[in-house]
Amino acid sequence: MDALETTLRSSESPHLRVRERLRVLAAHREVLANLTRKELKVKYAASVLGAVWSLLNPLVYLGVFTFVVRVLGNQVPNYPVYLLSGLLAWNLFSASVSTGSRAVLDNANLVKKIAFPREILPLSSIGVALVDYVLQMAVFLVVVIVSGFGLSVPELALLPLAFLALIAFTTMLTFLLSAMNVRYRDVGHLLGLALLVWFWATPIVYASALVQQEFACGDIFQMGCRLLHILYWLNPLTPIVEGMHRALYVDVFPEGIQVLYDVSLGWLATVLVAVTVVSLLLLRVTWGYFFSRSGDFAEEL
Amino acid sequence: MAAPALEIRDLSKRFRIFREKPTSIKQRLLTSHSRSEDFWALHEVSLDVREGSTFGLIGHNGSGKTTLLKCVAGILRPTSGTVRQRGRLAALLELGAGFHPELTGRENVYLNAAFLGLSRKQTDRAYDDIVGFAELEGFMENQVKFYSSGMLVRLGFAVAVHVEPDVLLVDEVLAVGDEAFQAKCLDRVRAFQRDGRTIVLVTHALDTVIEICDRAAMLDHGRLHAIGQPADVVREMRYVLLGVTDPDFVPEQGTREAEIAEVVIERPNGTDEGAILRGDPLTIVVDVRQNEPVDDLDVDFQILDGGTNHPVLEARTSGARIDLGRFDKKRVRFRIDAFPYDPGKYWVTVGLSNRSTGHLYHVQTQRYLFEVFDAPRVQDRVEVPVAVEAEDL
Repeated sequence: MDALETTLRSSESPHLRVRERLRVLAAHREVLANLTRKELKVKYAASVLGAVWSLLNPLVYLGVFTFVVRVLGNQVPNYPVYLLSGLLAWNLFSASVSTGSRAVLDNANLVKKIAFPREILPLSSIGVALVDYVLQMAVFLVVVIVSGFGLSVPELALLPLAFLALIAFTTMLTFLLSAMNVRYRDVGHLLGLALLVWFWATPIVYASALVQQEFACGDIFQMGCRLLHILYWLNPLTPIVEGMHRALYVDVFPEGIQVLYDVSLGWLATVLVAVTVVSLLLLRVTWGYFFSRSGDFAEEL
Repeated sequence: MAAPALEIRDLSKRFRIFREKPTSIKQRLLTSHSRSEDFWALHEVSLDVREGSTFGLIGHNGSGKTTLLKCVAGILRPTSGTVRQRGRLAALLELGAGFHPELTGRENVYLNAAFLGLSRKQTDRAYDDIVGFAELEGFMENQVKFYSSGMLVRLGFAVAVHVEPDVLLVDEVLAVGDEAFQAKCLDRVRAFQRDGRTIVLVTHALDTVIEICDRAAMLDHGRLHAIGQPADVVREMRYVLLGVTDPDFVPEQGTREAEIAEVVIERPNGTDEGAILRGDPLTIVVDVRQNEPVDDLDVDFQILDGGTNHPVLEARTSGARIDLGRFDKKRVRFRIDAFPYDPGKYWVTVGLSNRSTGHLYHVQTQRYLFEVFDAPRVQDRVEVPVAVEAEDL
């Protein structure tokens, strides 16, 4: 008849077709950009320092942890570089997941009144965290380079790999939690505790070598201690943070002290690719869950 | 006849009303068969909105108007039934929905416009117009938390009217601002109509419906109560407002192998608009669709007196010895050369059945409405005795 597009809405729970949905999201990219911009503006609205706060936050962490680690007598040479290279990645993850899990709830007024792809809400939470991350990383890299701390080329190749794994894993989890949170408000409470445990289960504050040494495998406990290592590395954030360490902190044995896990670059790269692939496969599932639930968000809020 | 911009078929929406809504896993486990009640906000509503027309939707509070709009807009998922939409759609369920108090007027315009489907470039182009329309020159760099409610509403509407969808859904937002601003809004709606856009308008302002809509429907407790000419539907609405309805009334039934696609009550001037006077010709046009091949299809209609609900007129295709056979879509016309009955309200019931078995395919009971007026006439002079008296005061 004519070129007008026909849309059919029915009672059926929508089934996610990734390519089609990506096109829809691409058509709504300006909504995403605007919403992300809004979140950023609102976050720093009526504050004198504005975006400087996003830089101040890691500095305060740095001060606190430097002090604590010193008191504990643990020596990691160039501790600020070690801490920040992992902490910034962690911050991106935890900020995305915790604001993202509330994204649909916090924007109930939009969800009830406006039709737009609901994925935009968790995506904008990730977007906000990403802007902070890029800002912090830029400053961090400048300081690292200016201060004469050596970066090394083959190791630096881990940075994009770790970053991709981080984004894939974060997005996967954020979709799941933001959809679940609409039905089960437990998610919010649980997540706060989980993040606390998770933070310490990831080698961010302490040297990752500690784990390798503490769990050093003697002959007797071979099986059990293997299991512990596997468990430790099953936390996707371990390879991600360790990848960041290797990319930016570089040395496994600075000044003769073992700081990082003693694994080959190739092995680390492989694990990071595996994390990315598995996260993307799971993302297909959590996105599908989010998508099929999203039709009922307006009703359940 | 233009294809419908919206085809709503048997749309139902059930809400679960929880006395205490389980929002945690524990509550969900403990109260698995929890105390919930079903509430049908919409019940098998079917209607078409023709492309380029303006459709008014009226009804009491809680009659399902907004739910219908939300289902059409894709905000709510229907419990059953379908909505087929042609073209791009924008829904204005609330003015300035998504406005954030911390953002400036300008930032909110861009955010809101993006939600309504305008690209950044389109918003750039329309920006000055939007500001002008909202009469907010000089305030756009202020945060909207410092705006008065009137300013907010004006800005919201200004953005909304600059959206250019094929189908626009509007929920009760025309009644904003002072009279001058309202006049401007109505102008804008007329411009939309001239552009050939389709508008669905939910409102309590019944006079607005008569003034600007081509067609209207009234919802009552989630059911389609009446559909037809705005003036007729509004009259019915006012009648119902006085509180006379029958809760056991079944407006629609049948197995739907064949379906009533559309019914138009054609007036003397050949359209479905305009007054009907006593003695005027009247044609009931029934468009029928066969979803499955059906033999021995019989189409019938009945006109009922709106005051007494008694049938006054009926006819069927089998009565005229017309065999419709199998078809995809057919139009049946029942022409009445002179409508003889008194002025007043009349209901039309249309039915599709099998002429040999009597099986009902689709019946719409008292769905369509028209009103007959007395023809103005020069009265004959008759001798009337007049008693004349005078008395002292």
